[in-house]
Amino acid sequence: MEESSVYINGKLVGFHENGKELVDNIRKKRRASELPIELNVAYYPDVDEVYINVDGGRARRPLIVVQDGKSLLTEKHCEALQKGKIAWDDLLKEGVAEYLDAEEEENAYIATTNEAVNDEHTHVEVHPSLILGVITSAAPFPEHNSAPRVTMASAMLKQALGLYQSNFNVRMDTQAHVMHYPQVPLALTKQSRIIGAHRRPAGQNLVVAIMPFYGYNMEDAIILNKASVERGIGRTMFYRTYTAEERRYPGGQKDRFELPNPEIQGFRGEEAYRFLGEDGIINPEAEIVGGDVLIGKTSPPRFLEEVGELSMIEEKRRENSVILRHGESGTVDAVMITEAPTGNKLVKARVRTQKIPEIGDKFASRHGQKGVVGLIVPQYDMPFNEQGISPDIIMNPHAVPSRMTVGHVLEIIGGKAKSLSGKDFDPTAFEPTDYEGMKRVLLENGFRPNGKEVMYDGKTGQKITAEIFVGVTYYQRLKHLVSNKMHARSRGPVQILTRQPTEGRARDGGLRFGEMERDTLIGHGASMLLLERLLKESDLVVELVCEKCGSIAVEDQIRKKKYCPVCDSTDVQPVEMSYAFKLLLNELRALDISPKLKLEDRA
Amino acid sequence: MTKPFDDYKGKLPELILTELEEAAKGLKMPEARKMLAKALEQYENNQAEPGEAVGIVAAQSIGEPGTQMTMRTFHYAGVAELAVPQGLPRFIEIVDLRREPRMPIMEIHLKEKARGDEKAVIAFAESLEDVEMSQFADIEENFSKQTVAVRFKEEKLEEHGIDMEEAKKQIEREVRRRAKEREGASLVFEPGFSTLRSLRRFADRIKEVKLCGIKGIRKAIVLPEKDGSGWFIKTDGTNIKAVMELPEVDPTTVYSNNVREVEEVLGLEAARNALIKEAKLVLDGQGLNVNPRHVMLVADVMCYEGEVKAIGRQGVSGSKASVFARAAFEETVKHLHNASIKGHSDNLSGITENIIIGQTIPVGTGLVKLGMKE
Repeated sequence: MEESSVYINGKLVGFHENGKELVDNIRKKRRASELPIELNVAYYPDVDEVYINVDGGRARRPLIVVQDGKSLLTEKHCEALQKGKIAWDDLLKEGVAEYLDAEEEENAYIATTNEAVNDEHTHVEVHPSLILGVITSAAPFPEHNSAPRVTMASAMLKQALGLYQSNFNVRMDTQAHVMHYPQVPLALTKQSRIIGAHRRPAGQNLVVAIMPFYGYNMEDAIILNKASVERGIGRTMFYRTYTAEERRYPGGQKDRFELPNPEIQGFRGEEAYRFLGEDGIINPEAEIVGGDVLIGKTSPPRFLEEVGELSMIEEKRRENSVILRHGESGTVDAVMITEAPTGNKLVKARVRTQKIPEIGDKFASRHGQKGVVGLIVPQYDMPFNEQGISPDIIMNPHAVPSRMTVGHVLEIIGGKAKSLSGKDFDPTAFEPTDYEGMKRVLLENGFRPNGKEVMYDGKTGQKITAEIFVGVTYYQRLKHLVSNKMHARSRGPVQILTRQPTEGRARDGGLRFGEMERDTLIGHGASMLLLERLLKESDLVVELVCEKCGSIAVEDQIRKKKYCPVCDSTDVQPVEMSYAFKLLLNELRALDISPKLKLEDRA
Repeated sequence: MTKPFDDYKGKLPELILTELEEAAKGLKMPEARKMLAKALEQYENNQAEPGEAVGIVAAQSIGEPGTQMTMRTFHYAGVAELAVPQGLPRFIEIVDLRREPRMPIMEIHLKEKARGDEKAVIAFAESLEDVEMSQFADIEENFSKQTVAVRFKEEKLEEHGIDMEEAKKQIEREVRRRAKEREGASLVFEPGFSTLRSLRRFADRIKEVKLCGIKGIRKAIVLPEKDGSGWFIKTDGTNIKAVMELPEVDPTTVYSNNVREVEEVLGLEAARNALIKEAKLVLDGQGLNVNPRHVMLVADVMCYEGEVKAIGRQGVSGSKASVFARAAFEETVKHLHNASIKGHSDNLSGITENIIIGQTIPVGTGLVKLGMKE
């Protein structure tokens, strides 16, 4: 009981008479490079246990060691680092810095800045902004924004379209977006540079004006300048890869890539196969639309030995081609023929489509200020300043006060200042911001230090009474594109089982008239409308019902006779019902329950 | 009733008529008639139309503002109040008709002559609190000697003004055994059980011996009456039946927020009123403006079968007349199978059934039918 238990990688290995001392010694030795720096150790005083971890997969973070209320990183070190005489690894070897994992962090008391260090501290942050994660550190001026907005900004950074991989050209991603002219943000944080975000940018520096625009930017909508769009703002290429494999079936049969024969079951018509080569695979650079075949493929029949006419065993293969999704169009970008892990022939075809920003596409700044394009305005209708500059984007002022995204405003001013002077204003968290510097640059370049400008209405040419806040901000185009989401239907496919409309855009489905919608119609007493929604526009059938025994009757169309298969009565009546209900009756029968319908005259 | 009012009997509810008669005092005959005609017109205008889907409307009227009700449970700071679940959790408690609310609360108003003196009321409130033996003594079982020893905490007993001898006798009465030793502040029993479990059970029985107070009342606090006429008592834990029998208590004002208990003690009508009152309390407490008639309809639905029923599988929804309607809600197979075994038929008189089979629903425009002469 008095001895502390010691665990290595979660396994109990032994006991020690003084756990605290053991831990202190291990740490001392690690800092003296006598133990590997990958080792982390934690002491839990309440249960008197020592946890030593040397396994993989622990996220660790660097900290500077504090001893007796003093950071071990001295001026000398800093000088030597700057001159390049020593490197980070030397600091680790010297025990000035070390990496802690989540468990050892529990034993640490970490000061955020050198100035805050007191006797109780065990470590100090390398930089105070390191309390943020990799993604969040990419957001500029986060300490000027409200926390929820920083969270949202972090979430949206991940959805921004840019240059996601420099080898996108040879990759076969199922879905990929590549931005045409991505730019390095004017406001780039230290961490972004370190992780190389400036070499894989995902966004563009745009001129933003904060003003309402004829109501077209209500509710967070944004206005785009049509000229800017035509010059390539936010333009991306969308890639989608289609895959087909020559699968083998039991019985020695297999799929075949080929130009399907018109005789085949489910032949799509000559038109659909017009871009296929002899091998049944589409040629690159073919311009195709939804429904066109990318990879011609035939499969063996579902059931073996189907007896055809003349009682001969006919091999009738099924058409099983891969087609371009309905509603999409594009150019075949690349075709790859290879082998699947199973040894089968595998073909991938990548289709590219240019996605030009349109009404409904989602854009966001790096401050959780997201919005959908509400209108694309010709440049001659956009507001302009005395130099004739009109903004790329107009954002609604109502988006700012309640969300307290001061960082956004700051980035606009800072971006404007940097684009005028080239002087960098570091947007890293907790880095002191040079407000006066920004103002000075603006003033020197003939702009007002508060970022506001006198502007003129593009439609009337009249001066706008309010001064408009204009600047340059990094804007991201997010991956939610209307063209990939928009959907409507009047008629279309139904499910086989229930005969109700299918669900989802991919299946050209209907929009569900759900339980709550149903309730509203009941609440209004709109009985007929409800019947139309739920029955007439859905799965209406007319079934014959036997008047005598109440079961579903049949019609023999050859003998022109309607009769009940249960009691042979010919007293049958047509009854309107939903197919789902008819299905319910059948399923009940399968449950050994025999439901009967009693017919009455419709009153 | 006088002449013009008599004519309206049956057309207007009695309560409204008497109210009108009161208001019409000093009015001349024609004026009174005019007023009555106007009242009838108003009354008829305010009635629900035949075929109005009052249930859905009630559900939506409570549900829509209810979405704004947060799961947040509100706690008052301070000693003088009890922490009551509010908002959605409490509302769920009410419609689910839980056997005991998470915080059962009783309000006890005393008879007029008893409520004036704060000290006396506090003393009375304390006497209600249900006190168990375990608070006044350490009770230890000794397995080797097979005895149970009770050691009284004398200061505690004194604090509550309990005589030790009385307490000893009380214990002996409850466990129906005489103690082996009863020296000073301790009491030793030798119950003669040989197993460990029975000995421990015996000790637990002693722990639960009631010294004073009313069963179920954990805590009682004293609050001033709103009208300033004195003080009343609020309790944690309820027992209306026992409290009503106390001579100091005004039995007509005892109130419990446990609807089940109200039903058992005071009957169905009282339970319906309690349901309405409690539901209104939740909605008002959250600042939601819901017409009380919707709440009343819910209470009526819960009560109309002669006993209070919860909303849900066990209660209202489970006892619908239609097989389809029940099967559509929960336990589909159970209801279908039962119906087939017993040969039930569905008269298709409700809404759910008619939607299922694809007919017009019997509300609103679907209610009217065309009749034909033979």
